[in-house]
Amino acid sequence: MSRRAELPRRRFLARALGAAGAVALAGCDALSDSQWLPGVLGVGERLTRAAQRFALPRRARAQEFGEADRSPFFRSNGTALPANPAYRALAAGGFADWRLEVGGRVEAPASLSLAELRALPSRTQTTRHDCVEGWSAIAQWQGARLSALLERVRPTARARFVVFHCADPKEAGGREPYYESIDLEDAHHEQTILAYALNGAPLPIANGAPLRLRVERQLGYKHAKFLMRLELVESFAHLRGGRGGFWEDRGYEWWAGI
Amino acid sequence: MSNKRLPLYLRHAWPVRVTHWVNALALAVLFMSGLNIFSAHPALYWGKSSYTGRGPALQVTAREDGGEVVGVTRVFGREFVTTGVLGASAGPGGTVERTFPSWLTLPGERWLAMARRWHFSFAWLFVLNGLAYLAYAFASRHVARDLLPSAADWRGIGRSVLDHLRLRHPVGEAARRYNVLQKLTYLGVIFGLLPLVVLTGFAMSPSLDALVPGWVDLLGGRQSARTLHFLAAWLLVAFVLVHVVEMILAGPWNHLRSMVTGRYRVPAHPADEQAR
Repeated sequence: MSRRAELPRRRFLARALGAAGAVALAGCDALSDSQWLPGVLGVGERLTRAAQRFALPRRARAQEFGEADRSPFFRSNGTALPANPAYRALAAGGFADWRLEVGGRVEAPASLSLAELRALPSRTQTTRHDCVEGWSAIAQWQGARLSALLERVRPTARARFVVFHCADPKEAGGREPYYESIDLEDAHHEQTILAYALNGAPLPIANGAPLRLRVERQLGYKHAKFLMRLELVESFAHLRGGRGGFWEDRGYEWWAGI
Repeated sequence: MSNKRLPLYLRHAWPVRVTHWVNALALAVLFMSGLNIFSAHPALYWGKSSYTGRGPALQVTAREDGGEVVGVTRVFGREFVTTGVLGASAGPGGTVERTFPSWLTLPGERWLAMARRWHFSFAWLFVLNGLAYLAYAFASRHVARDLLPSAADWRGIGRSVLDHLRLRHPVGEAARRYNVLQKLTYLGVIFGLLPLVVLTGFAMSPSLDALVPGWVDLLGGRQSARTLHFLAAWLLVAFVLVHVVEMILAGPWNHLRSMVTGRYRVPAHPADEQAR
């Protein structure tokens, strides 16, 4: 074949490649909007969860840092001040009337004041907070070990997850407060605490006062702030969007280890 | 017809061809979804956290200037106006605040949750495909035979640099083998850049960070790892650009065919060319 004859073919191929690229781009966006593709891509999340659970020893601890590594200030992300009159009233009273309700699939439901939580076995840890957006900040947290609280309320054999119900209304005119969930393996982890202090001072409102979750081997959105109620459940399918958390219901992974 | 040309020979074995194209697809999706993920917090830092008292090394942002949206990129505190490319680019009804142009990201709009799904699914494809390639490349001696430079290669490195600068490509028997710069580049990408991009990706996972507490500090800390991940991704793009340009200069259809069907036609010497 002569070189001249190849030229139009090449031009055609080049154009076809360009057009295919444009179709592929538009196609990817159409796929993202489709019902089935996010499900297929969810295979990645299940693989990741399985692989990380397999690779990571149950007791493996997140890295802890020294005082010198602490960030000058700890960024407040998401809700800084819940637009919830009941919460505002509790805050105005210094959370003296605040209580953490613990129920669901437990043998001994409980209602604890901040003082009672402070009396539980505690842990102090300087850890790095990794936001799903990409930034990190390092701070020292002090709080009650969730495992100690669970020992007290005694989850039943059917309990599999702890659901964290929060005070900050996110959408639907305040009818949809933030919520999150973790499984019992993470709930019993040594570094999983209900934090009431940040850098040695009572937890500020912007960072989730009076109590927030720290679950150090997962991303920031798992660390629910403004805790009001813990619920032990067998499944979170019946809760709200059914995916186990406010952001999970909006397409984020329930397994936030990556 | 082409009976005067040198014959076709099998240049690339099928496992190399398959893993090459799967890798190309996976890297394209990873790069574009990665840029979308970056857009959720378009700043890079050096250190263990983002808030160390030092500012970001790189920041892409936008500001209003007389009713116009202006894209701004700050590199080590120096500010550059990058409207149209970084910080602000074409959107519905004019220029809008956007870290990267829509056509470069997946999905086109800022959508962190969906971008993460694309990224982590194709990361699996990328890693499994890469492992399959490595298993084949070592078992078949592809690495030792085709990629490791020989003593003669090392001696001829100066000549190879000159050839590249003059855009001259090997012909005849020499074209059957990779040249030394090509070998070193492929080795650098396969055993340097690609593992680095995986490792720095792992370093951003809070779960994997707990595997051996502190290992991330070997990369300079988690935020340094994120910066390195971003740099490695762009170095891969640079490699792909040079790779494609070199293939076009050295005979695009011959090279494309050899990576699709495996068959490559050895380019004849110019002397043979004239005789034809």
